[in-house]
Amino acid sequence: MYAGVMKDNRSVSRLQLEKVSHSFGQVSVLHDLSLVVNHGEVVVLVGPSGCGKSTILNVLSGHIIPLSGLVRSEGVVRTIHQQDGLFPWLTVSENIAMGLRSMKDTAHRTKEVSELINLVHLEGFEHHYPHQLSGGMRQRVELARVLAGDSDILLMDEPFSALDYQSRLRMRRELIRLLQLRLRTVVFVTHDIEEAAQLADRVLVLSGRPATISCELLIDAPRPRDLTDNAVIEAMKKILKELGL
Amino acid sequence: MLAGRLVNDIIASLWRVAVGFVLSAVLGIPTGLWLGQHIHARHAFLPLLNFFRFLSPLAWIPFAILWFHIGDKPAFFLIFMATFFPLVLATMSAVATIPSIYFRVAQDYHYQGLELLRKVTFPAVLPQVITALRVSYGIAWVVIVAAEMVGCQDGLGYGIWEARNGLRLDSAVCYMMVIGLLGMGIDRLLYQLTKLPNVRWGYER
Repeated sequence: MYAGVMKDNRSVSRLQLEKVSHSFGQVSVLHDLSLVVNHGEVVVLVGPSGCGKSTILNVLSGHIIPLSGLVRSEGVVRTIHQQDGLFPWLTVSENIAMGLRSMKDTAHRTKEVSELINLVHLEGFEHHYPHQLSGGMRQRVELARVLAGDSDILLMDEPFSALDYQSRLRMRRELIRLLQLRLRTVVFVTHDIEEAAQLADRVLVLSGRPATISCELLIDAPRPRDLTDNAVIEAMKKILKELGL
Repeated sequence: MLAGRLVNDIIASLWRVAVGFVLSAVLGIPTGLWLGQHIHARHAFLPLLNFFRFLSPLAWIPFAILWFHIGDKPAFFLIFMATFFPLVLATMSAVATIPSIYFRVAQDYHYQGLELLRKVTFPAVLPQVITALRVSYGIAWVVIVAAEMVGCQDGLGYGIWEARNGLRLDSAVCYMMVIGLLGMGIDRLLYQLTKLPNVRWGYER
């Protein structure tokens, strides 16, 4: 349990945005946005498409440097993309091992990779290439890859939105299970309200452009949550109301 | 006696194409990778590359003979000149079309410098590079015939030239058939490269 042990001793990871503003040309996307994500928290950003959700993730991951404001991230940040984030020239286990290259001990590394493969139930697919897998399996490989080694903070940019409905439901459960085994700080962007209500500790509803946080909603029901749980339904009602739908 | 001569010509031609082609692949693919990654270098060198690309390799024949005399060397040179520029350009434009998501993932996982080039950029363009190799091998095989007509004392091209001089059209046809079949055969070999497991993705979606 190399990574597990390492996680328990890990110092606290944290993400912070302070009065961040950014614009693409004339279009202002973020304006004075402040946001703190605490260690081990699952924060879900919901909002209409084009409101700047992905820009927030890009700012958090450092791919976009905002025009003004402060970005602070403590910990190793990794992103799961909507699709095609795996390297197609590497096998499943080679993709997962990408984050373990700093691990010098190859025996340890092999063990960690096979542990992660078991974790996402892909036994027997170690030597398959991404194009030989279904969309859901590919996203599970992505999950295993970001969990490998020393990652602290996971940024998820609509990771399940390219999947069919049932796989999406299954992947949500999968994510909850994995996070219970390997605690990470998560910022999850989605337009799927169900997803937000089932996964989040805290939902931030974004509106308009430039993006502002129009509502913050804490959900403290234990996970995994069923779609029909009262807490989930209540949360969905509030989010829908906030979005004006 | 003709059979012995034909075998000798085949070996001579294959050897010349192999050397010229390997040389241009070994230099051309890294050059293409480098130009693909550096936009300023690309802008600086693109006109030059295009200029030489449109210059028929046969135009180099006078200089090839002047510099390298008669023998294998002018043929190496001509094959190189014929295949280097298309290879560089193909590799370069393949690099420019790599989806940006791969580089973002690479950045997340701290791939930098040479490791980025070897582990991300190169495998990402490999399927297209293999296609470019097949195409430029075709050019090389066409050019060797012309090169040997003037710069060599043996080889398949020289064989055709000699048949022409002796009005032996039967012998010329025989050489033509050998050239066509060998070209096909070697393309089949290069085609095997597309069956490597880590490039299959480039041909299957």
